[in-house]
Amino acid sequence: MSTQIFSRIQWKQPSVLPGFGISMGFTLFYMALMVFIPLAGLVLFTAQISFEEFWAKAVTDPRVLASYRLSFGASFIAASLNGFFGLIVAWVLVRYSFPGKRVVDAIVDLPFALPTAVSGIALTTLYAHTGWIGRWLDPWGIQVAYAYPGIVIALTLIGLPFVVRTVQPALEDLEQELEEASASLGANRLQTFLRVILPVVMPSLLTGFAMAFARSLGEFGSVYFIAGNMPHKTEIAPLLILIKLEQYDYTGATAIGVVMLIFAFASLLVINLLQWWSNRRYRA
Amino acid sequence: MAGHVALKTHASARPIASNTEPAWVRWTLITISLLFLTLVLFMPLLLVFVYAFGQGLGTFFAAFTEPDARSAIRLTLITAAIAVPLNTLFGVAAAWAIAKFNFKGKNVLITLIDLPFAISPVIAGLIFVILFGARGWLGPWLIENDIRIIFATPGIVLATLFVTFPFVARELIPLMQAQGTEEEQSALTLGANGWQTFWRVTLPNIKWGLLYGVILCNARAMGEFGAVSVVSGHIRGQTNTMPLHIEILYNDYQTTASFAVASLLALLAVVTLVVKSLVEWKITRDHIVAGRESGESIQ
Repeated sequence: MSTQIFSRIQWKQPSVLPGFGISMGFTLFYMALMVFIPLAGLVLFTAQISFEEFWAKAVTDPRVLASYRLSFGASFIAASLNGFFGLIVAWVLVRYSFPGKRVVDAIVDLPFALPTAVSGIALTTLYAHTGWIGRWLDPWGIQVAYAYPGIVIALTLIGLPFVVRTVQPALEDLEQELEEASASLGANRLQTFLRVILPVVMPSLLTGFAMAFARSLGEFGSVYFIAGNMPHKTEIAPLLILIKLEQYDYTGATAIGVVMLIFAFASLLVINLLQWWSNRRYRA
Repeated sequence: MAGHVALKTHASARPIASNTEPAWVRWTLITISLLFLTLVLFMPLLLVFVYAFGQGLGTFFAAFTEPDARSAIRLTLITAAIAVPLNTLFGVAAAWAIAKFNFKGKNVLITLIDLPFAISPVIAGLIFVILFGARGWLGPWLIENDIRIIFATPGIVLATLFVTFPFVARELIPLMQAQGTEEEQSALTLGANGWQTFWRVTLPNIKWGLLYGVILCNARAMGEFGAVSVVSGHIRGQTNTMPLHIEILYNDYQTTASFAVASLLALLAVVTLVVKSLVEWKITRDHIVAGRESGESIQ
């Protein structure tokens, strides 16, 4: 009883293992040096900007507004495509066997390891009007590279692993007795999928969607090459930050950066809430 | 945890025969998956190597003999040689503190470690420009004392450190949490000191996860584009890393040369994936062997 009360008051539970002080000390020191102090510099810089200037540079400027619309819209479409195809890929990898499955499973992680500049030039070359795929689309008047669809494809590549890798474990942990029960009660396969499997997988699918969306929002490298970067049309918000910095307009760059940061933190919060929700559902 | 996918450490479940779809549905879904992955992953990867070697081996190797390419490779290696060990040290320390002890605010700390994942690489670069740039907080002082950080190697190293900060920690934390503290406690009971416990008990247990974390961190450090392009200034022969060199060659219409340099980084990515598969296989196998030895049933 007394130890319980003791441990509740104490910040850290007692342990026989050594090294907490030094490892925690180094962790906090390094994080402060690498992450918090630099971030604090950005926050302080933002605080210097007057509200009117911030509003004019980050919200009402039509070029900036167009870049937000593009970044959010294309990220949303890409995350939706990943939600749909990613679920199918995860399902196929968990449930079916086919030749080359191990290679397919491994390649899903490629976007994590492949530098964005490399995927950027490869996708652009592939979908340009002379490229391996682009040349088949060109006669139909479909332009992918240097246009909106190209941006969506680049963001789809970036977000793909997040959906597949969050849905995969949920499908693996699925209790197959539920499906048997559903089948024995007369449901067909589609009904079982829609009413039994999908609701269980939904929290993971939404988590994967949110992760893919958040990652796409900040993506720069792969989009930079394929977008064509026309002001008001194919210019994403991160590129605009870079352009403002090249003109030494630190205020303009910071204003857009802060807006993007707020959305990044909001998505982090949503992702944590979704994970908490899915953990709770699993335990129930 | 926007941006992280942990290692798989258990074997997948086997489907029950009655719970499956007709063959035509199965093959339709497999075909859709393969088609989708071909369009966004396989073809771009294949294209990098085809374009790199398309003009023959001579042109391929010529891309690496020019001085700008050599200096870009050198700068990339220097950056990774600083960023990877520092972030590895941090990852091991953070994982030890978080996985082996119980304290309040642990989940907050884990979320904070993930923070750089959620931040756009361009904003990561912006942060350091605000700190050290000509019109940033320390800019005037740095100019007075003739210290260059932005548009120089230190800025590139800092931006890379920031962007690759969580990788090792995020691989190790779940792995070490799953392993618990019993083995370390036994070692201490048997008279080992703290370092001996770490080197002889903990490290052998986490070596595969650590290896993957380090290799992934390295691939990201060498391939970082957004953050580095903000702080580098693109000075040829001085502040260009390999990804920036690829950009310059590509924009100069030197397609073969740019894909030749890109193919090195693509190869690094493929090696990273192979190591990941091997590590997952190793961890799953060790898990099963450990299960057998302790007499647990594997089913």
